[in-house]
Amino acid sequence: MAALIFSLLFALPLLAKTTSSSSPDLQILHADRQIDLTSHIVRVYLTLKVENIGDDPASEVLLAFPPAQFDHLALVKAAAVGGKKKKKSYTSLEVNPTERPDVPNGTKYYAISLLKPLAKGGATTLEILYILTHTLEPFPVEISQSESQLVYYHDSAIILSPYHIKQQATLVKTPSNKVESFTRVEPSNRAGTELKYGPYEDSGPYSYSPVIVHFENNNAFAVVEELEREIEVSHWGSVQVTEHYKLAHAGAKHKGVFSRVEYQSKPTASGLSSFKHLLAVLPPRVHSAYYRDDIGNISTSRLRTSSKKSELLIEPRYPLFGGWKATFVIGYGVPLQDFLFESGVGARYLNYSFGCPLADTVVDKLTIKVVLPEGSKNPSLKVPFTVEQSVETKYSYLDVMGRTVVVLEKKNVVPDHNTPFQVRLSCPLQFQPSIYACRTTDASFCIFPFLHHLHRVPSHRSLNTEVKHLTL
Amino acid sequence: MVAVKMEKSPSDLLTSPGVSSVLKSLKLKTKQQEFLIRVTILGLIYVLAFITRLFSVLRYESMIHEFDPYFNYRVTQYLTQKGFYEFWNWFDSESWYPLGRIIGGTLYPGLMVTAAFIFWTLRFIGFAVHIREVCVLLAPFFASNTTLVAYFFGKQLWDSGAGLVAAALIAICPGYISRSVAGSYDNEGVAIFALLLTFYLFVKAVNTGSLAWALASAFGYFYMVSAWGGYVFIINLIPLYVMVLLITGRYSMRLYVAYNCMYILGMLLAMQIRFVGFQHVQSGEHMAAMGVFFLMQVFYFLGWVKYLLNDPRKFHSFLKITVTSAVGLGAIALGVGTASGYISPWTGRFYSLLDPTYAKDNIPIIASVSEHQPTAWSSFMFDFHILLILFPAGLYFCFKRLSDATIFIVMYGLTSMYFAGVMVRLILVATPAVCLISAIAVSATTKNLTQLVRTKSKPASGGSGKGATSSKSSSKGSLDQSPPFRKNVAIALLVGAFYLLSRYAIHCTWVTSEAYSSPSIVLAARGAHGNRVIFDDYREAYFWLRQNTPQDAKVMSWWDYGYQITAMGNRTVIVDNNTWNNTHIATVGRAMSSYEDEAYEIMRSLDVDYVLVVFGGVTGYSSDDINKFLWMVRIGGGVFPVIKEPDYLVNGEYRVDKGAAPKMLNCLMYKLSYYRFGELTTEYGKPPGYDRARGVEIGNKDIKLEHLEEAFTTSNWIVRIYKVKPPNNRW
Repeated sequence: MAALIFSLLFALPLLAKTTSSSSPDLQILHADRQIDLTSHIVRVYLTLKVENIGDDPASEVLLAFPPAQFDHLALVKAAAVGGKKKKKSYTSLEVNPTERPDVPNGTKYYAISLLKPLAKGGATTLEILYILTHTLEPFPVEISQSESQLVYYHDSAIILSPYHIKQQATLVKTPSNKVESFTRVEPSNRAGTELKYGPYEDSGPYSYSPVIVHFENNNAFAVVEELEREIEVSHWGSVQVTEHYKLAHAGAKHKGVFSRVEYQSKPTASGLSSFKHLLAVLPPRVHSAYYRDDIGNISTSRLRTSSKKSELLIEPRYPLFGGWKATFVIGYGVPLQDFLFESGVGARYLNYSFGCPLADTVVDKLTIKVVLPEGSKNPSLKVPFTVEQSVETKYSYLDVMGRTVVVLEKKNVVPDHNTPFQVRLSCPLQFQPSIYACRTTDASFCIFPFLHHLHRVPSHRSLNTEVKHLTL
Repeated sequence: MVAVKMEKSPSDLLTSPGVSSVLKSLKLKTKQQEFLIRVTILGLIYVLAFITRLFSVLRYESMIHEFDPYFNYRVTQYLTQKGFYEFWNWFDSESWYPLGRIIGGTLYPGLMVTAAFIFWTLRFIGFAVHIREVCVLLAPFFASNTTLVAYFFGKQLWDSGAGLVAAALIAICPGYISRSVAGSYDNEGVAIFALLLTFYLFVKAVNTGSLAWALASAFGYFYMVSAWGGYVFIINLIPLYVMVLLITGRYSMRLYVAYNCMYILGMLLAMQIRFVGFQHVQSGEHMAAMGVFFLMQVFYFLGWVKYLLNDPRKFHSFLKITVTSAVGLGAIALGVGTASGYISPWTGRFYSLLDPTYAKDNIPIIASVSEHQPTAWSSFMFDFHILLILFPAGLYFCFKRLSDATIFIVMYGLTSMYFAGVMVRLILVATPAVCLISAIAVSATTKNLTQLVRTKSKPASGGSGKGATSSKSSSKGSLDQSPPFRKNVAIALLVGAFYLLSRYAIHCTWVTSEAYSSPSIVLAARGAHGNRVIFDDYREAYFWLRQNTPQDAKVMSWWDYGYQITAMGNRTVIVDNNTWNNTHIATVGRAMSSYEDEAYEIMRSLDVDYVLVVFGGVTGYSSDDINKFLWMVRIGGGVFPVIKEPDYLVNGEYRVDKGAAPKMLNCLMYKLSYYRFGELTTEYGKPPGYDRARGVEIGNKDIKLEHLEEAFTTSNWIVRIYKVKPPNNRW
């Protein structure tokens, strides 16, 4: 609804003054947008050809977003394209949110800093990717087991921009060719899983033309509401990672009965939007992996290891239907030498992947706790994007003064955030706690190799109601 | 691998002479050698007792087993999180809805406090353990400690050899292992240790007449009272023992000191446990101890008067008057106390112990529990194996060498054997006695035989082998001079004895691994290709409840699953395994055995949101609710006469197929278990709706539910959860 009101406001002729004192005159010669709606994470690829038509050299290009979309932005990346057609080269550019005075209707901006300012009359091509989460709105809000999940996607047919766009086109990709409806803004047409808006010529700054696409999306709407990753560094040769998940199905809510008969016998017509598997991509050489929850080990998981990566296929205790939740813990150890490197005398840095190892999953709130060995001091952090950070102390096995814990927090994390981050630490080795072996007791109780088959002998010794065997 | 280790302990006894020759080179004195060997063996037994209980952890995972342990675990978690005062004053509104339960006043806190204490200690030392690990490993740890007590007890009863054998036997005895495997976090795990400790300390006190030992045994008793309701056995056995000593003329000052100190202090200490309270002075079950206490005073007083009067004739007449008046006074006091209701009569559980048929006729809820069934012979064999044969032999040896201590163990053995015959679960109480008495048999026999062997070969060394020389050995020594092949016979008998003991070790390992190490939450079976298939349906359902139902949802199920639902599902239940309110359970039983609309009324009145049933028809899991259903009918019918058992039977037969009784085919339990089961083909070549647990095609395939809807069914259909629909709008 908010989007609708917003768009109505924009429907007015939007030739507001765009030349604020600081921003030079730019125009976009050609804009090409691809909106990928195939999963629940919306990826938008934007190719802009920007030209400076003002007098001053321009050092940054602005990207405009409606406020509703801005809140769901997980990531904005930009790259400058150089070179010829065959040999394209990409240089990534810095992107930062900025504020602008006197903006119409609360538009929010990201500013892309160009490598070198664009001189008068010069043109450059930018490749932009931005990722939106929680933007597909299930409608109907509640579905029963046999129905498939339909969602709305709201956007504008014309790219919202503070600049004049000479020519633009938008391509929307849907997961299947079941599209219930879409707003037509001529010229627009649909073929198979693709929906094309445009090309539109000469749209002024802040032009906006709201569209709604209503389509089927039965992909797993797997959202981790909270993820706490604890990365415990031990100088005894191992990095122990423990990840606490609060998983939810964020799609259309499940309504009414859950029938196991139908779920088992008609897998193609029942519970289409539900999911029962998740894939976690872990570093290679993972050892002693476990998968459990508050009430014990979950036996439905498979770990495949190779020299490049390890894949842990996990199955929650029950299939997740819309609105259902599951919490669980994944833990594993990785060899220290793969992740801890020396830098100078007495200083080391830990290089580990940020983000959630589950494929195709949104994390609403991610907390990473890097537990450093006891006695290490002055940790410093290098993360490729902004995070909140703090330091706390943790006491583990036979600790005297506790371990320094670097806590990183970030909201709205998508798989594209799985880039390495570094924690630099200075660690006087004489402060090593001596009994790290105890650590293994923790892990070894969690998952055990199943030794052999158990042939049960009924013992009738439990304190519950006696079982009467039928004599027929 | 473990089997090999198990055999080690008896065989260590065998190889000890070989070891001793090695030790001789270390130039230790014989006594020191013997001590060293003893300590080593004891240490090995200690470790063995622990590791043999870890099968379930190795096979499955570190988890809590069965039903009651889940409650204990939940309470322990509460205790460690909120502290002792909160725990003591805890009113649990999550169980027995809408009544609730005062946890602090209705449980034996010994187990939880022990676990919490160990947990806090470990935390303090700097071990970041999880409370679950402490709980899981508590029973094996206490089993290890029990072996130590058994050693000292055996030593007290007979000699250190018997002590070692007793420790070895009890370490692996299945009767004890059944309740003390890792994960079996139940009162009994701690209580058997406390029981044996109390007995040991009491016997020690009687033997020495020492106030210190009597005091120690009072504290042992206190720990036992805090841990398990089975303390009633102690408080009745010890007076009985004292009575027997009095009757057999074995009254002594030692006994007087030991009993009085133990009884008075033990009673005062036991009153500190809220669940027990003033029962020691108010309950009929504890009156024997009090009676014997007064009797002891009379005895002592008579002794004093006898000393003063110094005239047998006067004393005799005095004796008559005092005894009659004392007995009369006691009887009147008891009668008045009982009549006025000050002294409560015996409880049903106590009656059912003395009279095995009592529960069956009067208290179906006690009779329904599978552990309360009379013991089958096979169970004795299963749990005791050769001890069953050694037990009478041991009794023989005890009678041969009667002392205050052996009289005690004989009485303990005989009474507990009787109780073990009445109820399966009481095999546990008999186990230590059986092990001790058998140990006496084994130790005495092997000692005699080895002495025979030794005296023949080395007449000079005589009986210097081990500790004290018994009267038995000297008589044997004189005997063996006559037939020349006696030595060979002795060797053959020894070999036979060790063969038997090794069979025992193998049997124990097998039983532990096959029968007593499955958590019963996770079920395992063999798949079509010989692979192991795990049915984790219980936890699937409980976790579903925990995650996907409202926080305050009330779940109705048969009481068996109550503790598990509250502990794992974290939801309120109507009834649970603490079967304190028979009417409430009967109400649930009535709901389950009524037609759906009648049941709906009952469920509405209890605010039930979800109904959980356990169903084994798909997997062939036989301990499901349909097989327990007759008990629900019986317990329900016991309170609500509208429910009549014959309505559910056809010619006295209980069936679920087409020939079943119409009421059976339409009652709530049947409907919930078999809802939409008729559409499912469970076995190749069988019609749809073939129930694999009972091996029949179900009789009612067209089940319609009006007031309930299927909310969740686990992947193997073992647990089915239904949601109670809100009432229809009237307009």
